[in-house]
Amino acid sequence: MEAGTAAGQVARPEVVLHDLRPAPRGWLAWLTTTDHKKIGILYLFATFLFFVLGGVEALIMRLQLAQPNGTLVNPETYNGLVTVHGTTMVFLFIVPVLAGFGNYLIPLMIGARDMAFPRLNALSFWLLLFGGVAFYCSIFFEPPQAGWTMYPPLSDDSFSAGGGVDAWIFMIHLTGISSLVGAVNFVATIHNMRAPGMSWGRMPLFVWTILVYSYLLIIALPAVAAAVTMLLTDRHFGTAFFDPTGGGDPLLWQHLFWFFGHPEVYIMVLPAFGMISEILPVFARKPIFGYRAIAASTVAIAFLGLLVWAHHMFATPTATVVLAFFMLSSFTIAVPTGIKIFNWIATLWKGSIVFKTPFYFAAALPGLFVIGGISGVILAIFPVDWQLHDTYFVVAHMHYVLFGGAVFGIFAGLYYWFPKMSGRMLSEPLGKLSFWLMFIGFNATFLIQHSAGLSGMPRRVYDYDDSLGVTAYNLISTIGAFILALGVLVTLINVVHSIRNGKRAGNDPWQGNTLEWFTTSPPPQNNFDTIPRVRSVEPMKDIRREVLARSRPAETVAQPAAPRSL
Amino acid sequence: MLAALAAALLALLVAAPSALGDAFTPESGGSPNADDIDTLYKITLYVAIVIFLIVEGTLIWSLVRYRNRRRGPEAAQIRGNTPLELGWTVAAALILVVLTVVTFIYLPDIENPPESGPEGLQASQARFASIDQPTPPSGRPYLRIGVNGQQYVWRFDYPGKRTLFSYHTLVVPVDTTVVLEVTASDVIHSWWIPKLGGKVDGVPGHINETWFKIPADQEGKTFTGQCAELCGFNHADMRAAVKAVSPEEYEAWADQQASDIEKSGSLLAEQRKGREGEDSP
Repeated sequence: MEAGTAAGQVARPEVVLHDLRPAPRGWLAWLTTTDHKKIGILYLFATFLFFVLGGVEALIMRLQLAQPNGTLVNPETYNGLVTVHGTTMVFLFIVPVLAGFGNYLIPLMIGARDMAFPRLNALSFWLLLFGGVAFYCSIFFEPPQAGWTMYPPLSDDSFSAGGGVDAWIFMIHLTGISSLVGAVNFVATIHNMRAPGMSWGRMPLFVWTILVYSYLLIIALPAVAAAVTMLLTDRHFGTAFFDPTGGGDPLLWQHLFWFFGHPEVYIMVLPAFGMISEILPVFARKPIFGYRAIAASTVAIAFLGLLVWAHHMFATPTATVVLAFFMLSSFTIAVPTGIKIFNWIATLWKGSIVFKTPFYFAAALPGLFVIGGISGVILAIFPVDWQLHDTYFVVAHMHYVLFGGAVFGIFAGLYYWFPKMSGRMLSEPLGKLSFWLMFIGFNATFLIQHSAGLSGMPRRVYDYDDSLGVTAYNLISTIGAFILALGVLVTLINVVHSIRNGKRAGNDPWQGNTLEWFTTSPPPQNNFDTIPRVRSVEPMKDIRREVLARSRPAETVAQPAAPRSL
Repeated sequence: MLAALAAALLALLVAAPSALGDAFTPESGGSPNADDIDTLYKITLYVAIVIFLIVEGTLIWSLVRYRNRRRGPEAAQIRGNTPLELGWTVAAALILVVLTVVTFIYLPDIENPPESGPEGLQASQARFASIDQPTPPSGRPYLRIGVNGQQYVWRFDYPGKRTLFSYHTLVVPVDTTVVLEVTASDVIHSWWIPKLGGKVDGVPGHINETWFKIPADQEGKTFTGQCAELCGFNHADMRAAVKAVSPEEYEAWADQQASDIEKSGSLLAEQRKGREGEDSP
């Protein structure tokens, strides 16, 4: 109203404030915040909590399988653990933790003062949290037991009468809306709020991957949202979308689920790829090799990732020509993925590598992901998949992709950006100890599972026969899982310890390339007082060079006769 | 340390296939399609090992060689190399073309059931074979068996004029092509006997086909497997066995089984009649 009358008068710069209330303090500040950095930290805190829960579930399963005839849990509980572990790690850890990093870092990296829609941003966090809480409430009654893929008819009311599946559906809807809202926010922010001079070709690679992550979520999530709604009406309102006795088809679910589910894999790994594309060049003291190729291959992987879903369904009744199509489309993805791996290695080539903890995790990612990539190509050959499908070989493959790929990237990101978020460095010795425990534990757990699968051990079984010849493999895998868990624990201790006692980080402890290192650690509420003009893909390098160029003449003026060696 | 660990890992992977071949390849030996899948897997594995060694080798070498050293050279400020980048893109694509060609070479032998062998079930014994199928040129019939997954057991329906079925154990003659028509009557199950080839899902409302042909020298052996699609609490307990017998033994077993089923049918009728007085009000 007032603005309308003011517009008629002569334009005069002025600042008008209405109803300015002091910012809330303490825990209320966290509940009511719309600051992207606080929301980012809430995301990280909540998702790591779910990561610990999912990890404990995994350890219980590994204990049960350490020996044949395990009696730790009964079959019902085991199936519940399988389902809750998978669901937690995918929907409540990896996807949202990346949203957490994105929330914290995207505005800082592109030189913006917040996300485009700060309140929407808060909404997406709280939807996620309550989605997770609603889901976890089911463990006090009857958790879902049909696997995280929730295939009907097993997940239908005739075979899963309890409320667990409904809690799962509710969680998918809540976290789905959370992700959609978040994705729209990222897209709007990245398209519109970049610093002056930051063209598409100068955008940090992590921002590229978060942009692609967001588009993939927007494309893929509606499919699963539709599918779970159909499942809900099948269960409670008498429809028969997936019920063959009523004219429906269980395969429809699989197509809808995997049309979402496979892009979801790239939703989970691409931002991790983006993180290490930021981290590797910083510690190699080199520019990223083939910036354009890495950005373009991200887009290519996302596009192709939408065309491969039925490779999860090679054992279903499907025409050979369809199988062949999905084999070839899955093969094609190996090319842009290979490009990324080669580019990362070329980034290290002729560098001057500084070995800090973030680099350890980042450098392990290509080494581990390549194993998951190769086993992925093997699984894409559909006649071979007929032997390997739904065995521990697939379990090993997906963990090399999602743990070796995504989680190692997330840990690299945690060690790299923790100083920016907290103003404190994480302990290097603890960080390196954590890395080696996780690296050794991870490989001990999952490398051997390839062999278990090849010997005929299906996934999602609560028990196996000694005669199958997989007893030793399972014992090794269980021991590895505990080493891995110990490694994760060391990092958690490191975080708790360093948040108060860590060394002061300063603005730019790693000599980073991107704009988040331009501001203080932790950044002030408005991020930047002045937003620098971006002239290259490594704005901080330009700024450091400029500062150096300005300070040098001053030194020479002050001490004109001083010898250089002093 | 990274290098030493990786070297040990590589040595293990390279040395292992010869020493522990079984741990690195799928199960095979019971049927030609399983053997072909095994061969196809091995070809892919060899290609994979070469790629694995190249990638991990250059990665580890770069990490060791280009670590930051006092008075070491400055990092080279290289931003890209188009010919090199095009080179590895084309190379990656070529490897996939090779794998595609190899797959399509092996595919027909894996997918299409061959004819039954001379030591298998003969046309003269074909009263047990499918009668609605055209006879193959050799005159040796397929054995078409319906496989039905149910929580938590497999039911097998054999062809022929008499009612003939069994649960858990499928009895088949050697050197005979057995075509399975797999379905399920409650939730999705997956039929898988590793030594006899790949798995096929039994989906309610669909019929999925696969086949196997057990060589004559495997007579008397029993091949085991288990359901490979989560189907409920006792998924891990849903097992199946395929017993390979000579065609004569198969005939004898089929006769016995069919008459046992008939007998149990008439026994049921007798029981019902015996209860008639007690049950009626």
